[in-house]
Amino acid sequence: MSVWFPASVPTLVRRERASLAAALSAPVIALGGAIALNLGLYILMGRDPVAVVYAMLFEPFLSWASFSEVLLKAGPLLLIAQGLAIGFRAKVFNIGAEGQFILGAIFASAIPVWFPQATGQWIWPAMLLLGAIGGAIWASLTAFWRVRLNANEILVSLMLSLVAAQLLNYLLLGPWKDPNGFNFPQSVMFQYDAMVPTLIAGTRVNVSFLIALVLSVAAWVFMQKSFIGYKLQVGGLAPRAAGYAGFKEGWAIWLSLLIGGFAAGLAGAAEVAGPLGQLQRSVASGYGYAAIIVAYLGGLHPIGIVVSALVMAVIYIGGDNAMVSASLPIAAVRVFQGSLLLAYLIAVAFVRYRLEWRRTAQRSLP
Amino acid sequence: MNAIEFILAGMLAAATPFLLAALGELVAERAGVLNLGVEGLMALGAVLAFIVVYHGGGHFLGFIVAGLGSAALSLLFAFVTLGFRANQVAAGLAIGILGQGLSALFGKTYESLTVKGLPKLALPTLSELPVIGGLFVQDIVVWISLAATLALSAILAYTKLGLIVRAVGENPKAAHAIGYSVISVRILAIAFGGAMAGFAGAYAAVVYTPLWADGMIAGRGWIAIALVVFGTWLTGRIFLGACLFGAVSLMGLAAQATGLDVPSQLLSSLPYLVTIIVLGIISADRRLLKLNGVASLGEPFER
Repeated sequence: MSVWFPASVPTLVRRERASLAAALSAPVIALGGAIALNLGLYILMGRDPVAVVYAMLFEPFLSWASFSEVLLKAGPLLLIAQGLAIGFRAKVFNIGAEGQFILGAIFASAIPVWFPQATGQWIWPAMLLLGAIGGAIWASLTAFWRVRLNANEILVSLMLSLVAAQLLNYLLLGPWKDPNGFNFPQSVMFQYDAMVPTLIAGTRVNVSFLIALVLSVAAWVFMQKSFIGYKLQVGGLAPRAAGYAGFKEGWAIWLSLLIGGFAAGLAGAAEVAGPLGQLQRSVASGYGYAAIIVAYLGGLHPIGIVVSALVMAVIYIGGDNAMVSASLPIAAVRVFQGSLLLAYLIAVAFVRYRLEWRRTAQRSLP
Repeated sequence: MNAIEFILAGMLAAATPFLLAALGELVAERAGVLNLGVEGLMALGAVLAFIVVYHGGGHFLGFIVAGLGSAALSLLFAFVTLGFRANQVAAGLAIGILGQGLSALFGKTYESLTVKGLPKLALPTLSELPVIGGLFVQDIVVWISLAATLALSAILAYTKLGLIVRAVGENPKAAHAIGYSVISVRILAIAFGGAMAGFAGAYAAVVYTPLWADGMIAGRGWIAIALVVFGTWLTGRIFLGACLFGAVSLMGLAAQATGLDVPSQLLSSLPYLVTIIVLGIISADRRLLKLNGVASLGEPFER
């Protein structure tokens, strides 16, 4: 019995060298693909595609007021993703940035919650530093479990994020609840000196955005120019080779997680000392998970991440707009994020592989 | 009923979502694929089953739709990881986020609604035993899950099918060389894992709780992945682990019922804390993980 086989089938063939053109176009193609796919979904849901596109992709750029909100959202995503990407390149999969972000927010809030009357220019910088330390401490638990106990860092860091969310709830419903807050689960409003100064007058964009940009440059120098960054990357690409060269794996894991936790904690601190102005439940709004997508979409490269953080921020603000003007559920943003990462993973395959149509031999089954 | 009786009676039902999802993940991992999207697959299964049951389709149809829906989403994972050799960690995270997003999208108009669960079936005589009698009063899905655990254990250990799955996970090049299609086996293993995660979500949403709320899976999918490690890739140990987590997740309720003065948030984080601690204890014994671990886990297959 003979069975019909196609005369040729598409096959991925490894390129001799990675294609730079494919690497640069992959995120753009992925974004286009994800937009087309999600628009199809919105049409199926009976929404007006023109209204959605307008609200999601154009409105964020139409006024300085809304574009400044994009910058405000981009700040934490940028910070967290830069930290995570360093770990991802070393093949340390810290996916618990959400928890490290929450701990950063909690640690930073300790100052205004415990010393609400304190004044002085030192308060907000101290809060940012304390938040970053808090994030690093939370990440160090994962590092200890991974290095000393050999436990999978993906699972431990994720579990710690779920614990952090409960810790936040506990503080806001219990000891840190604002006694004059009409029983809302939130802390007292922070005093003036606990707020990060505004960077652009008339908007909510504050100095932490500048810090995120400066740290992005630092991440670029660290990953591309420093010997430690080089060692981390070698450890990720070829762990055996790195081992022979005397680069210790445990050391790379500690460094990756501490950097990731530091950056996420700093972002959490900047969130409470910036747009929120108090510790609230809504501080845990998924930045830590979205930043994973930002890191990948930026090709794990510091410059790419700056661009992808802005893109992700546009999706957030655009999603908010579409919720109002095209009555799109906010869950649509999560669907968009997931499909964007999947589309990117498909597109990025063509950096290392090219598609070839291979002739298949005519086969017959016995 | 005292706390111990309460926990024993409810343990198997509380364990079932963990067990079903972990068995599915076990098969995928045995075939060499690490699918981290279980949480999202469970969420999608939960909402699909809920919608079917809410509109009067019945529990059986609800489970079928949940299984098929989650299997379909897991095939997207197969497409990206096997078709395009994408990083399995990143692809799993993407499927997890996508599944959770889709479930919230589909479930928006069903938020906080409830359906009727399933009746409990009691084994005669055994269910009348003191203290442990509650163990033998369970709904039909629990009984089927126990049977499925035994069946899967036997299939993996003693049949040719099980051998092929293990060979593909252990040494894909060799399996390919002797004529088995590594990709086909992995696709089927991923689809099986997806369907089981769908069943697990369905159980949580239309039998165990039975209500729909965004985020109701609450980390169960992640704990199921951890269970596969706890169980060192062996069915029996995964079952024991699922029972442990069933008991732990009931401890919060038992503690509240006895009026223990502990913050409820601490009790809610108990399953996560226990996961972290047990993961540390089991993983610290590297020989144990090496002994039963899957050699090619997480690595893409290239001919």
